[in-house]
Amino acid sequence: MVYRRKIIVLSIIAISLAMLYIFYDLTGNIAYILPRRVIKVLVIMLTGGAIAFSTTIFMTITHNRILTPSVMGLDSLYLLIQVSIIFMFGSRSLVMMDSHLNFLLSILFMILFAFLIYHFLFKGENNNIYFLLLIGIVLGTFFDSFTSFMQVLIDPNEFMVAQDRMFASINNVNEDLVYLSMIIIGLTILYFLRFYRYLDVLALGKDQAINLGVPYDQVVKHLLIVVAILTSVATALIGPITFLGLLVVNLAYQLFKTYRHFYLILGSMLISVIALIGGQFIVEKVFTFQTTISVIINFIGGVYFIYLLLKENRSW
Amino acid sequence: MVTLKRVSKSFAEKKVIEDISLTIEKGTITSFIGPNGAGKSTLISMISRLLASDSGEITIDGKNIRKTKSDDLSKKISILKQSNAVNLKITVRELVSFGRFPHSKGRLKKEDWQKVDEAIDYMELQDLQDRYLDELSGGQRQRAHIAMVLAQDTEYILLDEPLNNLDMRHAVQIMKTLRRLVDELGKTIILVIHDINFASCYSDHIVALKDGRIVKQGRTCDVIDECVLKDIYDMDFKVENINNQRICFYFD
Repeated sequence: MVYRRKIIVLSIIAISLAMLYIFYDLTGNIAYILPRRVIKVLVIMLTGGAIAFSTTIFMTITHNRILTPSVMGLDSLYLLIQVSIIFMFGSRSLVMMDSHLNFLLSILFMILFAFLIYHFLFKGENNNIYFLLLIGIVLGTFFDSFTSFMQVLIDPNEFMVAQDRMFASINNVNEDLVYLSMIIIGLTILYFLRFYRYLDVLALGKDQAINLGVPYDQVVKHLLIVVAILTSVATALIGPITFLGLLVVNLAYQLFKTYRHFYLILGSMLISVIALIGGQFIVEKVFTFQTTISVIINFIGGVYFIYLLLKENRSW
Repeated sequence: MVTLKRVSKSFAEKKVIEDISLTIEKGTITSFIGPNGAGKSTLISMISRLLASDSGEITIDGKNIRKTKSDDLSKKISILKQSNAVNLKITVRELVSFGRFPHSKGRLKKEDWQKVDEAIDYMELQDLQDRYLDELSGGQRQRAHIAMVLAQDTEYILLDEPLNNLDMRHAVQIMKTLRRLVDELGKTIILVIHDINFASCYSDHIVALKDGRIVKQGRTCDVIDECVLKDIYDMDFKVENINNQRICFYFD
């Protein structure tokens, strides 16, 4: 099996990179450095996996290879929540407010928001997935504008704290939150397994899926909930990384050249972990923490996005 | 037996189907004909539950399709729509194997693969079965999709313009295949078709639609008639008997 061999090769690369990251230049206080590095690798595996996973599902549902869950406005909502907290209570409260509370509050609001627009969308009979995306984009833009508005009003020092939140970073992640996220993501994936067998059929399109007996609306609704939870957890844990999902899922499609979600999901998750650990390694060793991982990912992802647009454009 | 009772459908105020009642007998080929925008595709989509009707009732073998589980319906009725732009890296054989999903839920057994092979043979796709769909011509892709519907092996088969993109040889081949499915296996087939000569030569019943209403329905010989056709299409027809088939001539 060609697919299986590719998965094994990717796994080996991911594990070697993780080992390299953990054990490279391991000097000084090992008892302090080693557990911290292991936690970072864990964070990368969780968020990278969750983002790749949810983006693959999202692209299948929307039949679009350049859409990611961020068009639903969850990233924007996360920033709005962070800036609102600073605006209302001040940055010192944010620092003082333990990260648990911040994490749970962010997740709660993001999932609540997702449920609200899903509910609104699936109430009528003529629901349309693109209508959902449109609402997401409009609300996302609204959140962005509102965030900018509050940022203009707050104290410049507070603004620095707010700006820090706009870029994903895995340098300061609380250990307890990693375990909590692990549990949430694990349960979500367990829930997802009930709908796993429908994914390949969904890729054929709505009409074909209904013809083949998939309870389409119900399955799409549940899958969107899975996407919302995974995206929310990943974003609340390290912050928004817009282009990561787009980058890794498309690379997985190019590498595997299949419609089978088993390989696509596994492949994109592995590529995601490779990209994040490699990126973090560069952040720490080359840029010596002068930049964050999301800057690098967004740079590479942005260039790739333009490439995808140009390629699609030519094939028409 | 498929029964429609006073079925209506509108899209944003515009009535596309108005109050249609219709019975389709088992073991026949029924063709829907009519000008563009007559509501043929909408009607076939409603019978196959892809679209919900605004009012009225559609039953298949006495069971209301709204009250039947989609999963159960997928073993009874299959539909192929006219646009099938699949943007996936998928081979013909893999696509056809999706037809077995209602029966196997993704885990295909030996019998399932046998049905897949049969469907591929029926559609003469043996040489193409391992090619990717996006490497094929429109007609070859259309045949692959029809093979998938055949693999689904349902009692009722609904096809929305199945002859699209096909050359004469393959169009005739498909119509003959459909005829065989009805005559030998007792399937019931409902088609939307534009070429009235194909409709005339291969179907048992014809339902003529215009502006969302049934203008005429009945046995093929009753509908393929100069006056009836003029009424439907607003143009002059000449119908001749050639080899015991009623052939329409409509080129001025």
